[in-house]
This record gives sequence, C-alpha cells and structure tokens, in this order.
Amino acid sequence: MDLAFTPEEQKFADEVRAFVRANLPADVRDKVKNGKHLIRDDYMRWQQALGKKGWLVYTWPKKHGGPGFTPAQRYIFENICAEEYAPGIIPFGTKMVGPVIYTFGTEAQKEKYLPAIRESTVWWCQGYSEPGSGSDLASLRTKAEKDGDHYIVNGSKTWNTMGHWADWIFCLVRTDSKAKPQEGISFLLIDMKTPGITVKPIIMADGGHEVNEVFFDNVKVPVENLVGKENEGWTCAKFLLANERLGIAAVPQSKRGVEALKDIARAEQDDGKPLIENQSFAEKIADLEIQVTALEFTELRVLSQMAHGGQPGPEVSGLKIRGSEIQQRITELTMEAVGEYAAPYLPGLLWQGTNEAPVGPEYAHLAAPRYFNTRKTTIYGGSNEIQKGIISKMVLGL
Amino acid sequence: MDLSLSDEQKQLQEAAERFVRDKYAFDARRKIAATERGWLPENWAQFAELGWLGMAFSEEDGGYGGGPIETMIVMEQFGKGLVLEPFLPTVVLGGGMIARAGSAAQKEALLAPMIEGKKQFAFAWLERQSRYNLADVSLKATKEGTGWSLSGHKGVVYNAASADEIIVLARTGGSAREPKGLTLFVVDAKAKGLSRRDYPTQDALRASELTFDKVSVGADAVLGKVDEAFPVVEEAVDRAIVALCAEATGCMDAINAGTLEYIKTRKQFGVPIGKFQVLQHRMVDCFTNAQEARSMTLMASLKIDDKDPTVRAKAASGAKVQIGKSGKFCGQSAVQMHGGMGVTDEMAVSHYFKRLTMIDLMFGNQQHHLTRYSNLAMAA
Amino acid sequence: MDLSLKPEHKAFADEVRAFARENLSPATREKTFSGKHYDRDDHMVWQKALGKKGWLAYTWPKKYGGPGWDVTQRFLFENVLAEEGAPRILPFGPKMVGPVIYTFGTEAQKERFLPGIRSSEVSWCQGYSEPGAGSDLANLRTRAVREGDHYIVNGQKTWTSFAHWGDWIFCLVRTNMDAKPQEGISFLLIDMKTPGVTVRPIIMTDGAHHVNDVFLDNVKVPVENLIGKENEGWTCAKFLLANERLGIAEVPSSKRGVSVLRKIARIEPQDGGTLADDPAFTAQIADIDLQVQALEMSELRVLSTMAQGGAPGPEVSTLKVRGSEIQQRIAELTMEAVGEYAQPYQPGMLFHDTNETPIGPDHAPPAAPRYFNMRKTSIYGGSTEIQKNIVSKMVLGL
Ligand SMILES: Cc1cc2nc3c(=O)[nH]c(=O)nc-3n(C[C@H](O)[C@H](O)[C@H](O)COP(=O)(O)OP(=O)(O)OC[C@H]3O[C@@H](n4cnc5c(N)ncnc54)[C@H](O)[C@@H]3O)c2cc1C
Ligand SMILES: Cc1cc2nc3c(=O)[nH]c(=O)nc-3n(C[C@H](O)[C@H](O)[C@H](O)COP(=O)(O)OP(=O)(O)OC[C@H]3O[C@@H](n4cnc5c(N)ncnc54)[C@H](O)[C@@H]3O)c2cc1C
Ligand SMILES: Cc1cc2nc3c(=O)[nH]c(=O)nc-3n(C[C@H](O)[C@H](O)[C@H](O)COP(=O)(O)OP(=O)(O)OC[C@H]3O[C@@H](n4cnc5c(N)ncnc54)[C@H](O)[C@@H]3O)c2cc1C
Repeated sequence: MDLAFTPEEQKFADEVRAFVRANLPADVRDKVKNGKHLIRDDYMRWQQALGKKGWLVYTWPKKHGGPGFTPAQRYIFENICAEEYAPGIIPFGTKMVGPVIYTFGTEAQKEKYLPAIRESTVWWCQGYSEPGSGSDLASLRTKAEKDGDHYIVNGSKTWNTMGHWADWIFCLVRTDSKAKPQEGISFLLIDMKTPGITVKPIIMADGGHEVNEVFFDNVKVPVENLVGKENEGWTCAKFLLANERLGIAAVPQSKRGVEALKDIARAEQDDGKPLIENQSFAEKIADLEIQVTALEFTELRVLSQMAHGGQPGPEVSGLKIRGSEIQQRITELTMEAVGEYAAPYLPGLLWQGTNEAPVGPEYAHLAAPRYFNTRKTTIYGGSNEIQKGIISKMVLGL
Repeated sequence: MDLSLSDEQKQLQEAAERFVRDKYAFDARRKIAATERGWLPENWAQFAELGWLGMAFSEEDGGYGGGPIETMIVMEQFGKGLVLEPFLPTVVLGGGMIARAGSAAQKEALLAPMIEGKKQFAFAWLERQSRYNLADVSLKATKEGTGWSLSGHKGVVYNAASADEIIVLARTGGSAREPKGLTLFVVDAKAKGLSRRDYPTQDALRASELTFDKVSVGADAVLGKVDEAFPVVEEAVDRAIVALCAEATGCMDAINAGTLEYIKTRKQFGVPIGKFQVLQHRMVDCFTNAQEARSMTLMASLKIDDKDPTVRAKAASGAKVQIGKSGKFCGQSAVQMHGGMGVTDEMAVSHYFKRLTMIDLMFGNQQHHLTRYSNLAMAA
Repeated sequence: MDLSLKPEHKAFADEVRAFARENLSPATREKTFSGKHYDRDDHMVWQKALGKKGWLAYTWPKKYGGPGWDVTQRFLFENVLAEEGAPRILPFGPKMVGPVIYTFGTEAQKERFLPGIRSSEVSWCQGYSEPGAGSDLANLRTRAVREGDHYIVNGQKTWTSFAHWGDWIFCLVRTNMDAKPQEGISFLLIDMKTPGVTVRPIIMTDGAHHVNDVFLDNVKVPVENLIGKENEGWTCAKFLLANERLGIAEVPSSKRGVSVLRKIARIEPQDGGTLADDPAFTAQIADIDLQVQALEMSELRVLSTMAQGGAPGPEVSTLKVRGSEIQQRIAELTMEAVGEYAQPYQPGMLFHDTNETPIGPDHAPPAAPRYFNMRKTSIYGGSTEIQKNIVSKMVLGL
C-alpha cells in the first residue's frame, strides 16, 4: 500500500498536464472555469483532440484501441483534466455504447462503430427510459418488429440527454412481448437521421434544454444494427448501467467544485469580512471536503481491486449515491455563498451566451440554476432509492 | 390561550383560497408571469376591493384593524398559488414602515392610496456587500440645502419596476455597518438620477438593480427620524420574514399535496410508487416538516406584535430557521419523488421548489437566523 | 387567536408551582436536574401527593374523579411541573389503563380500580409486547383459556417497564387462536401477586433496571378482570396507544433539557472561556431549542382542536416521532458538551445516593448513560418506523 506516486506516474502526470494545456481550447477552458454551459462544438473540439492522442477512450483495453492505463494513470488523468478545467467527457459513446459493442458486438460492428467513438466524430445518445419506464426499465414498450432484414421501430423514448446533438442513438427495444419483461428486450443502434425519428425538447426547471423526447414512427433499422442476440439486450443494458455508475461519482469534478466554492467564499463579503472567515460557513465547506475525501478513497479502493483483477461489484452503487449527493451539496453551498444575488434570472447570459452584463459578480447568475439542475444527479442513472435497493439486495442479501 | 381562527378570519381564508383557485391555476400563473409587469393590475384592484391591502393596518391609519394573523392567512394562500402580485414589498414592507415611522402627511399621501390600490412600493436596502446584515449599507445621502442627495447602488430590489415610490435605506452618518446613522427616504421611482436594470428572478418575480446618481429629494422624503432608521427597518424586516414564512407554509402544503398525488398515481414495477416504504416515510417526513413550519409561523405571527424587540426578533428568526429547513426538505424531497419529472419546467413541483429556495435566501437564510437566534438566546 | 394567559390561568400556574415546591422532595428534584435515575419512592411519594390533591389523573373527565381542567390548565400543569423538576407521572395507571377502564369497563370495574389509580396506591404496568410481538403487536401469543369463572394464562411478556414495582399488570392475551390475529385478543387485568407470575430484570445499556420479562405460568385470573368483551381487546389496545402517543412527545421535559444544556455549556471550559462562547455549539443548542418550540406549538394546535371538541387524529404520531428525536438530540448534545469527561462510568452516581465524589463535574456521570438510554424513545410506544407507517396509511392514504 502506498499513496505516493512512482516517478513514472509523476512523469505521466506531467505529460497529461502539458497535453491539456496545449490542446484544450482556451474558450472552452474559460467556459468550464466559469461554470458556463457548453455547446456541442465545445465538447467535440476537446474530445477530438483527446481522440487524436488516443486518450479519449482511456478506460478501454488496449486491444480495442484504448491506451491501457493502469488504475493510477486513470486516476491521474481524470484529476488533471478536472484541475485544468477540461469539460467532462460525454459518456454515451465512450463509456456506454463503446464497451457494449466491444464486449457483445460482432467484428463487423466493432470495425464500423469503435473508431468513430475513439475519435469522437460521431455523437451518441442513450435511449433507455420511456414515459412509463423509468426506474422500472424492464417494463419498456418501444417495439421493434422484424420485417425481412430490417426492424420496424415504433414507440417513444424520453429524458434523452443531448439527443438533439446526437448522430446515433442506442436503444433498448421490445422484440418479444410475450416473454418475461427482461427476456424480450434487444439492444439496437439507430441512426438519428433515419426517417420517422422526431426529437422534441424538454425544458428543465432552470430553463435549459438538455433532455428530449424521441419519437419513433415506423423507423426502419437494419438487422445488422442489433448488438448481441435478439431478446438478450437486458444483459447489455445491465452491463452498461454498472459501467455508468462508476464514472457517475464525478470525484474529480467535485474536488474542482469545492475549490471553486472556496474561491467564491473568499470573494463574497459577510459583515465586512470574506465569507470564508464565517466559522459556520467554513465548517460546512470542511464537512463537504471530508465527504469528498471519503468518496475519493472509496473509489481508489475499488480501482485498486480492479487493478488486481477484481470486477467492480454492486457496491459501486454506493459511490453513485454519495457522489450525487456531494454534487448537490456543492451547488447548494455555492448558492448559499452567493446569497440574495442568486435571485436574478438571466437566461440570455445563461443560455444564449449574450453579452449582457451580469448582475452582481460573474458567478452569481449560475448559482441557483445549477442548484436546481443538479437535483437530477440523484434521479438519473438509476435513482438513489433504486441504488439503495440494489445494495440492499445484492450486497446485504436483504 | 386560543389558537382558533375567528369567523371573520375564516372568511378571509376562504376568500383568499377562492382567489387562488380562480386566478392562479398553474397555466394561468405562467401567463401572468409572462406579462410585461409580471403581475396583473386587475388582481391588485381585487385585493383593494377585498380589503386585503388595508387589513393589517390600524383604523387610525385608514386600515381595517387586523394584524399579523390576517397577513399570515392571506400569505399562506398566496404561497399555495405562487401568487406574483407584489404584496410583500408594497404592503408588508412599504406600508408597514410608513405606518410605523411615517408622519401624518406621509400616511395621507402614501398609505391611504396604497390601501386603495393606487400606489405600490419597493424597499431598497441590499447592496452588493451586505449579505444579511441590514446595517451593511453604504449608499450615501448627503445634505443638500434643506433636502438630500442620494448616491450609490442598491441590488435585488423587488418590485422596483412597478413601484411608484422606492423606500431607500441610506447612510447619513456613522461608519460602515454601524446601525446608527441610517435613514429611510421615500424616493419617486421616476426621480432624476435614478436608473434601473430590471430582470426576472429565479422564481418568476421581478427585481432590479438601482443606481442613484445624485438623486435629489426634499426634507419631507425622510421617513421617520434621520440616523434612526435601523430599528424601524429591523422590525419591518422581521414582519416581512413572518409573512414570508406564511407564504412558505402555503408552498409546502401545495408541493406536498402535489407529490402525494403523484406518488399515488405514478406506477412503476406494477404498483403506485407510493407503495414503496422509503417513499412513504419520506412523504411522512415532508408532512411533519410542513406541520412544524406551520406551527412556527403561527408562533411568530402571534409574537411579532410583542413590545419586546428581543421576543419579536427571536420569533422571526426561529420561524425563518424552520422554514429554511422544512422548505428545503419538502422541496428537495418533492423533486426526488417526482423522478425526472421533478426537474422539468413542466410540472408545478419545480416552481414551488424554486420559490421555497428563494425564500430561504431572502432576508437571511437558515444559517444566518440560527446564529441570530442563538446569540439572542444565549444573551438571555 | 392569541397566546396570552387569562388571569385565572396565571393564578392556576402559581398554585401548581407552590404545590410542587411544597410537595416535591429536594432529593428527587436534584435527581431530575442532574439526570440521575429515580427510585420507586421518588415516583411514589410524589404521585401520592398529587393523588391526594386530586391532580394525578389530571387528564380524566370530572365524572371519573379528574379535576376537569381545560387544555390550557393541562398545558400549564405539565410545564410548571417540568420546570420544577418533578419526575414524570408514570403513565401506566393514570394515562393508560385508567382511561381504558372508564371507557370500556363495567361499573364494578370502575369502582374497583379507578380509586387506586387516582391515588397512586396501586401501581400498574403494561403487558403488551412479547418476544415475538413487538411492532407486530397483533402477533402476540400469550394465551388465556377460559376455565369456569377463571382464565388460565400462559405465556411471556417482555419489555415490561417497572413490572418490578407493579402491583397489577394489564395484558393483551389471546383468547381465540382461530380468528384473524386482531380478532382473537382480549384485555385482561392481572394481579402481580397471583401465583405463577415471575418477573425477571432486563438490564439496559446504561446499566439501569427499568424493564423486565414477565412470565405467566398457569396464572389464574377471575373473568371479572376482563375489560370489554372477550376477543375485542384490540379496540382497547388501539385506544390506549393513541392516548399514549400524545403525552409521549415530552415537550415540557425537553424544554427543561434545553435549559439544563445551556447551563452546562456555560460551565464547561473551552479554550480559556466556556463552551457557551463557541458559536458552532450554541447554534446547535439554538437549533434544538427551536425544534422544541415547533413541537410545542404543534402540540398546542392539537390541544386547541381538542378544546373545540375535535379528537386528535393519527397525525399525532408525528409528534411522537419528533418528540423522541428531540429527546435523543438533547441527550446527544449534553454528552457532547461534557466531552471526554463523559467517559468514566460511575454507576454509584447514577443509581444510588452515594457520597462518592464525581469524576469531573457533577453533571458528567449521567451524560453518556442518558444518551445510550434515550435511544429507546424511538423504539417504544410504537417505533418511529411504525409511526410513519401509521401516518402514511391513515393520514396520507398511501
Ligand atoms: C437530467 C436527466 C437526464 C437523463 N438522461 C437520460 C438519458 O440520456 N437516457 C435515458 O435513457 N434516460 C435518461 N434519464 C432518465 C433516468 O434514468 C430516469 O429519470 C430514472 O431512471 C428515474 O426514472 P423516472 O424519472 O421515470 O422516475 P420514477 O421511476 O417514476 O421514480 C420516481 C420516484 O420513485 C422512486 N422509486 C421508483 N421505484 C422505486 C422502488 N422500487 N423503490 C423505491 N423507490 C422507487 C424513485 O427513486 C423516484 O424517487 C435522464 C433523467 C434525467 C432527470
Ligand atoms: C425501554 C423500553 C420500555 C418498554 N416498555 C414497554 C412496556 O412497558 N410494555 C410493553 O408492552 N412494551 C414495552 N416496550 C416494548 C416496545 O413497545 C417495543 O420494543 C416496540 O414495540 C418495538 O418492538 P421490538 O422491540 O420487538 O422491535 P421489532 O418490532 O423487532 O423492530 C425492530 C426494528 O424493525 C422496525 N420495524 C418493524 N416493523 C416494521 C415495519 N413494518 N416497517 C418498518 N420498520 C419496521 C422497527 O421500527 C425497529 O426499528 C418497551 C420497550 C423499551 C425499549
Ligand atoms: C407500541 C405500538 C403502538 C402502536 N400504536 C398504534 C396506534 O395508536 N394506532 C394504530 O392504528 N396502530 C398502532 N400501532 C400499530 C398496530 O399494532 C397495528 O400494526 C396497526 O394498527 C395496523 O393494524 P392491523 O394489523 O389491523 O392492520 P392491517 O392493515 O390489517 O395489517 C395486516 C398486517 O400487516 C402488517 N402491518 C400493518 N400495519 C402495520 C404496522 N403499522 N406496523 C407493522 N406491521 C403492520 C402486520 O403484519 C399486520 O398484521 C402500534 C404498534 C405498536 C407496536
């Protein structure tokens, strides 16, 4: 056991930092640093730079084109990217469908889809949830019926994150209505440009547009877009959800968030002194920082297990639960630090990137919208109630 | 000791309930929020007609002799409907300070028309650095002939764009953050040298940044005594806090009712999600939190007329702590129990959540009032 | 609406205070304020004094020998007694079985049992819980079989508070094995001196002896000791539980607890001053103080509804939940205030009137034992989880 990095790891850290500094577009870095919303192109420019370097799919094994990082290297890579204000990597291609394809896909599928994911030339989105199937995902109803060498897909998906920017969607569809719910589901890749697909925005509580409804009206999908066997899509789905949960703890982002919070607490005045000198407030930050440290060490323990050949078990659900709560707490305290100046709602500045001057300090108008928006983290990717249900059943045997 | 409503108070409650039911259906509210003013003159006229604008003022002041309980009753219903009309800045704060500190002439010129629905106010105290310290005021008023000249900045002034008069807290003496040396001025909203930047707030109200550039006012613009405004402001804000607590109580009732309905109807795994015990217990906790909020609001409404300022301050701070805590709990829980629907703009739940969140930030959050209460309680 | 007291109520409060000062032994009073355990005499001497004055059964209607007070008088009575350091009235007779007897009993039963309860000449205990029937009370198994004009009772009760002081026990027993669980239960009064009744102590985490197992081995109980009809005991049981829950919030003693806590904070040294100078700690006291106020106000609202002729609904369960959490929190903060000096275990100081000098300040020895002991409050009288189930079902309709 050793917490210190080896000289090689140090060297690697330097290399990552140098790379990020040289390749992260300055305007993107600024947006991330100031908590602004990013557009598709912001993500793409950064992800393509990473892709060129071979680092975008940093969790993939070497044989599928990953860099073959050790757990320590992954940790270093994620942390330095966050410290340097790189945007989070969009997970739908790299962390979700990519691993499903290289695990369950045919050689032809791997050849067709993996390069574009590695290079970030195609934007993917996730079509799991439906209006009637949220936590109870297996009850999904979107139907795919075989018609010669095509499936005809009908139904609707919802909560589709960034579907309005996506080129492709991976969907869970029902291919057998008579089987047990979990046994009639298939995993299908669908080109978003196929006729019959309509994307309709859902506006969030903070006024933003990040999720959508996606409607499928007699959408023709070639059978070779089926991943794994027909009616065995649930296996892919569960594999993917377990992967999703690991990244979702967002520890490096939370560490960055705590630092940003401290900066704000230094800038904000309270009784003629910086807010950070208010003991009660400082204690709240301290409490949060300790929670982040506890989460980070738990994640490191999981990574270390994996480095020794173990698989992450259902206990990673615990990481998602605490990680999401911590993300929420950061936004809550940030809003508290901003105080009454969190009240002004400036959608222009927030969404359209207008030149409108902020009311109060630059960071103020973002505080409340972020707080409202971040309520999502305990809901998506399997709500915290569902995660606790999983731990209770799978880990505790209840 | 008696905690029941009188017959008149029950009627008032029913009238306010009816108003909210008739005028503040969720979609109707959305439309009102999108109007230029952000509230409806016809609703304001109806308040005047129903006597709500004058109910809390004494008969000598031209009111109808009610008090904090009447304000509580109406504000609670306003909370249920997320009512947008500027009752708090105009009546509770503006009217309250004029009634408390105004001269006979000022009452005649300002309070009487306010009660008739013909004048609205805004209260400008906050500045960029103030946070929750009411005395942290640096906008300066300097003597200018018989009158005064005001220069400086005020922030997040609710209803400034609709107000006829802005009631401004300015420094006329003393040093930074000193309670002594503060004076209230009644400034014509269209005064020369006063400029505004208007914006909506997170919860669909309207507020403004105000810049005062040598705004001249007469000696008669002073509300109360020069340099002695602090106790007036402190009391007015304590009263506003109690009114806000009542509004929050209404919000909590509404958000809880909506959530309860939702978990009874939303089905997953073949059953209404309200069958899951974690949600049941969380819903019970919401219910308990709202009960406590109602209790503390009632306590504060009953004590806010106390002659002892410490009793008053403890009551207001105590209630505000509870509302901060309960509001956050009910708001966050409601969103969580709605799942994805909870974070959309589409459902009422997110709008109540936003209002509850903003109420916590107004006039001192939970932490601030816990400290204030603690200091007062330890001093006793 | 108003919170102020009428002159006659003020006079009443004065009368109660004068009575308490005259009749409460200084030694008992001292135990209250220092958090030590009472012995049987502390309770009995005090209760008999109240009984003589006609105040012990203060919640009873006049016609059964209660003082016929209005809700304000009850409120004042409870508060003044708590302020004066009186032990709480043991509820088993006056608040539990008494009301059951005057509501469901025959005239003969009323004549026989009520006077002894009013005067505290007879002390009672509650025989509901069994090893296999805790939260699921209806699952109880203690059997009563009719034999002529007697029942023969066999079984075991557990958690029986103060059974070792009790002259009588009121029991739920099963009289019909074939009916639905709730429909085969009867409510029986049993003299503890009857042959076959054995009491065995259960020692609590803090070393105290409050609760017992009660074994019933062929105990012969006259049929006239049955309250209500045979097999309808569940009605009495539920009636009693609802009564129990209102008093159980313990607001007056929590108010006293907060003021004791403030006193301790002013004594406990810290950083050259006292703990009272520590804003983080005093804010926690303020927080619990406010919780007590909210609870008191909620209770007053219920009392006010009752004064208008309404009955307390199942929502009083929430008072029990919050009341028990508050009692626990006060004990927790008191222990926190004492700090490291909470560690020495000094049973002599807790249970006996020894002359031993305490290690650390006088208030230190009971701090940790009280904290451990108070964990019971969210378990007994229907656990917090059970109360929430009740509210969820009865109030929210879930
Ligand atoms: C911002 C956002 C982005 C999203 N992005 C995507 C995406 O890109 N692709 C995609 O497919 N999906 C996406 N989702 C959907 C997400 O996965 C679902 O919202 C989530 O699974 C919850 O489902 P639901 O919203 O229908 O809530 P429901 O399932 O209706 O749940 C409502 C409440 O009931 C609780 N509950 C439900 N079942 C149980 C139970 N058995 N025990 C205890 N409690 C229970 C839940 O925890 C929750 O509190 C996104 C959601 C959000 C909010
Ligand atoms: C100090 C003390 C004094 C007592 N005095 C008396 C007395 O004088 N007379 C008497 O008859 N009894 C008495 N009791 C017993 C008391 O009423 C029981 O302890 C109580 O009803 C809980 O039962 P249990 O201990 O068997 O716990 P269990 O019922 O085994 O409960 C264990 C845990 O499971 C939870 N649980 C159980 N069912 C559910 C459910 N459906 N949903 C969610 N959670 C659930 C409980 O909340 C608890 O957390 C006393 C108890 C104590 C601790
Ligand atoms: C100390 C104590 C105090 C209580 N106080 C009250 C009270 O004042 N009023 C009141 O109505 N109930 C109270 N209860 C709960 C009571 O024992 C019953 O569980 C409840 O009233 C439901 O009655 P039932 O069994 O006829 O319900 P049904 O709905 O017919 O229950 C069928 C079965 O479901 C389970 N169940 C249902 N409700 C509960 C529950 N609340 N807890 C655990 N399991 C349950 C049980 O296994 C029960 O046998 C208390 C319980 C305890 C231990």
